[in-house]
Amino acid sequence: MLPPMTAPAPARTADRHAVALRVADKTVVADGVVTLTLAHPDGGRLPDWTPGSHVDLVLPTGDTRQYSLCGDRRDAHHHRVGVLREPAGRGGSAWVHDELAVGDLVGVGGPRNAFPLRPAQRYLFVAGGIGITPLLTMVAAAGAQGIDWQLVYGGRTRASMAFLDELARYGDRVSVLPQDEVGLLPLRDLVDGLHPDTRVYACGPPPLLDALAGCGLPPHVLRTERFVAREQGAPVRDTPFTVVLDRTGTEVVVTPGVSVLEAVRSVGVDVLSSCREGTCGTCETAVLAGEPDHRDSLLDDADRAAGDCMYVCVSRSRGDRLVLDL
Amino acid sequence: MTAVATPPELDLDPFADDVLRDPLPAHAALRDAGALVRLPRYDTFAVARYADVRALLSDWQSFESAAGVGLTNFRRETPWRPPSLLLEADPPAHDAPRTVLAGILGPRALRRLRADWAADADRLVEDLLAGGSVEVDAVPTLAEAFPLRVFPDAVGLGREGREHLLPYGDHAFNAFGPTDNPRVLAGNERMAEHAGWVGQQCLRENLSPVGFGADVWAAADRGDLTHAQAPLVVRSLLTAGVDTTVHGIGALLHALAVTPGAWEALRARPELVRVAFDEAVRWESPVQAFFRTAVRDVPVGDGVVPAGEKVLVFFAAANRDPRHWADPDRFDLTRDPSGHVGFGMGIHQCVGQHVARLEAESLLTALLARVTRLKLTGAPVRHLNNTLRAWESLPVRLTA
Ligand code: HEM
Ligand code: FES
Repeated sequence: MLPPMTAPAPARTADRHAVALRVADKTVVADGVVTLTLAHPDGGRLPDWTPGSHVDLVLPTGDTRQYSLCGDRRDAHHHRVGVLREPAGRGGSAWVHDELAVGDLVGVGGPRNAFPLRPAQRYLFVAGGIGITPLLTMVAAAGAQGIDWQLVYGGRTRASMAFLDELARYGDRVSVLPQDEVGLLPLRDLVDGLHPDTRVYACGPPPLLDALAGCGLPPHVLRTERFVAREQGAPVRDTPFTVVLDRTGTEVVVTPGVSVLEAVRSVGVDVLSSCREGTCGTCETAVLAGEPDHRDSLLDDADRAAGDCMYVCVSRSRGDRLVLDL
Repeated sequence: MTAVATPPELDLDPFADDVLRDPLPAHAALRDAGALVRLPRYDTFAVARYADVRALLSDWQSFESAAGVGLTNFRRETPWRPPSLLLEADPPAHDAPRTVLAGILGPRALRRLRADWAADADRLVEDLLAGGSVEVDAVPTLAEAFPLRVFPDAVGLGREGREHLLPYGDHAFNAFGPTDNPRVLAGNERMAEHAGWVGQQCLRENLSPVGFGADVWAAADRGDLTHAQAPLVVRSLLTAGVDTTVHGIGALLHALAVTPGAWEALRARPELVRVAFDEAVRWESPVQAFFRTAVRDVPVGDGVVPAGEKVLVFFAAANRDPRHWADPDRFDLTRDPSGHVGFGMGIHQCVGQHVARLEAESLLTALLARVTRLKLTGAPVRHLNNTLRAWESLPVRLTA
């Protein structure tokens, strides 16, 4: 067997495989909530996204956490996420709140959209607490299309509710209902008065979503996003790994600054690519063994669990070795 | 403040017959004139350099598609047909149709077609070579025959009336040019008939229960689209998915027939078929150019596209820009054509590109297995279209 080669760092910088973004801003926007604004280290455009999308942030442990994008999609150079400090430091939020600083690099995957906004005549948006983040981008989209919408936004206290300032401009389309002032959201009333053409999008804590699910809305009317802790694979790594090209047995070491795409090209194997940011699907490559670290915008969780293919322009490896059908 | 330069002007008609017959000199002149060029003939702008074309296509925030990607400005003039929900739409309206089609036409979804299309291509080539080596016109017998054999079935169209597809697409691509252009005027005559048939095929009851068309309707049933959107989304497949692949495959066969050693090289390394097709799409750019419209004053190079003005974005010129490509006029199987803009770039990048690649890969693989030599036997003839670069006739000898 040939000794593994190490792919040289690319001479051109046109490739957008940098999957670490720089924290350009960190702001406390409510009690226990910070927003992070992320930018490409070279200042370039970031991948496009649609309302309801999330990114995967890589924690120092190598675990990933999903955060909804809540910025302005017309700003191509920044991605904004909102992060709630979770009790007992669960979910890496303590690290985001206490450690992560402006100027730091953080690993990011996606954006992906598991909660897309479908066309409708009317929308009712129901937010609980930090669940406001994906809905913030949805109300903007509904407004841009001139579609009638209402947002009902609940939270523990007014001070804990993020983005009230940004929502103020929408006037009486938005109802802000802090629990310590007015109690729980009047879900039953909202649902009973619903126009048949209305589609309901809800995001918030499980008790809120369960209560809403119990109101008897048909599944095509109610769409919810719940952040369930997913089975995580092996942690994401930032150390070199080996890619084995199965058809020839060639091995190549992929160092942190180099994409798998560049690495396999450096040993003379042609993989077509186009967007080089994990959005177009051109560089799809079959995975024969090993566990990919998916960073693309294309595969949903089920596809990822299948583990049989990856987009080599951005995705990497969780383990020491990845065997590709090349 | 930096000074804003007045863009250089070129007295050039991109839709004139002589330019369409050989657009390469016009493309070179556009690239060399500057990053942003004015075309006074149509009171519009153009970009032709790779870096600017790519940047402009990515920047949907500054350059909209909803005012039409042809010369007609939908804000001021009436489009000849209801606008496309994909090609002629911007976010957020573009989001849902795009998400739906990207799923239906994505590489994972196409896996189920791979074996069938390979077998279909094998049969086509086997029948053609049943009597040994042949001399044929590669346009009807291969470039048209294969896509027309697999794509309408994949969409789920009925058998009757498929002859409307090519003329409908040809007219739609002509109609991105000036409305008083002779090709558009000639096409108008039978358009009601073609468009009427196409419109009918987009309805659920005329589509077979399995196929891309049924998948679009199923998406509407799930609420991912409205039922009113479904027929127009199916229409986008019929407009954009037939002529393009015919001319893409035509470009590939022509390139392989005229490039010495290319056929033999591919036979020796059939794993290069995907690269070969994308290199052909780069080299020939079957879709040559589309317009965008500036939503505000947008700087390009050291000039500015004023708000509301159109700019013609030349995919074809970018794909042969020597500022980006080494020896760009060479069809070169050893080159990495990745990053070409023959399928566009950004949020409107061809949603059917994986379909096009699978068609080309299926046919070429079948040909390579049986044909030892591919040579032109006469002068190829161009088919002129305001947007497409195409062959009318490609006389070739296929040596068994
Ligand atoms: C070699 C073959 C093909 C070429 C060269 C090609 C080229 C292109 C280009 C350049 C665009 C971008 C338009 C823009 O930026 O304004 C595009 C978009 C599009 N193509 Fe293709 N295409 C091909 C095949 C196909 C096929 C087979 C289908 C359908 C199955 C298809 C469907 C579409 C659609 C629906 C869009 C609009 C996408 C959007 O705006 O989001 N194309 N194509
Ligand atoms: S090149 Fe587009 S997904 Fe990898």
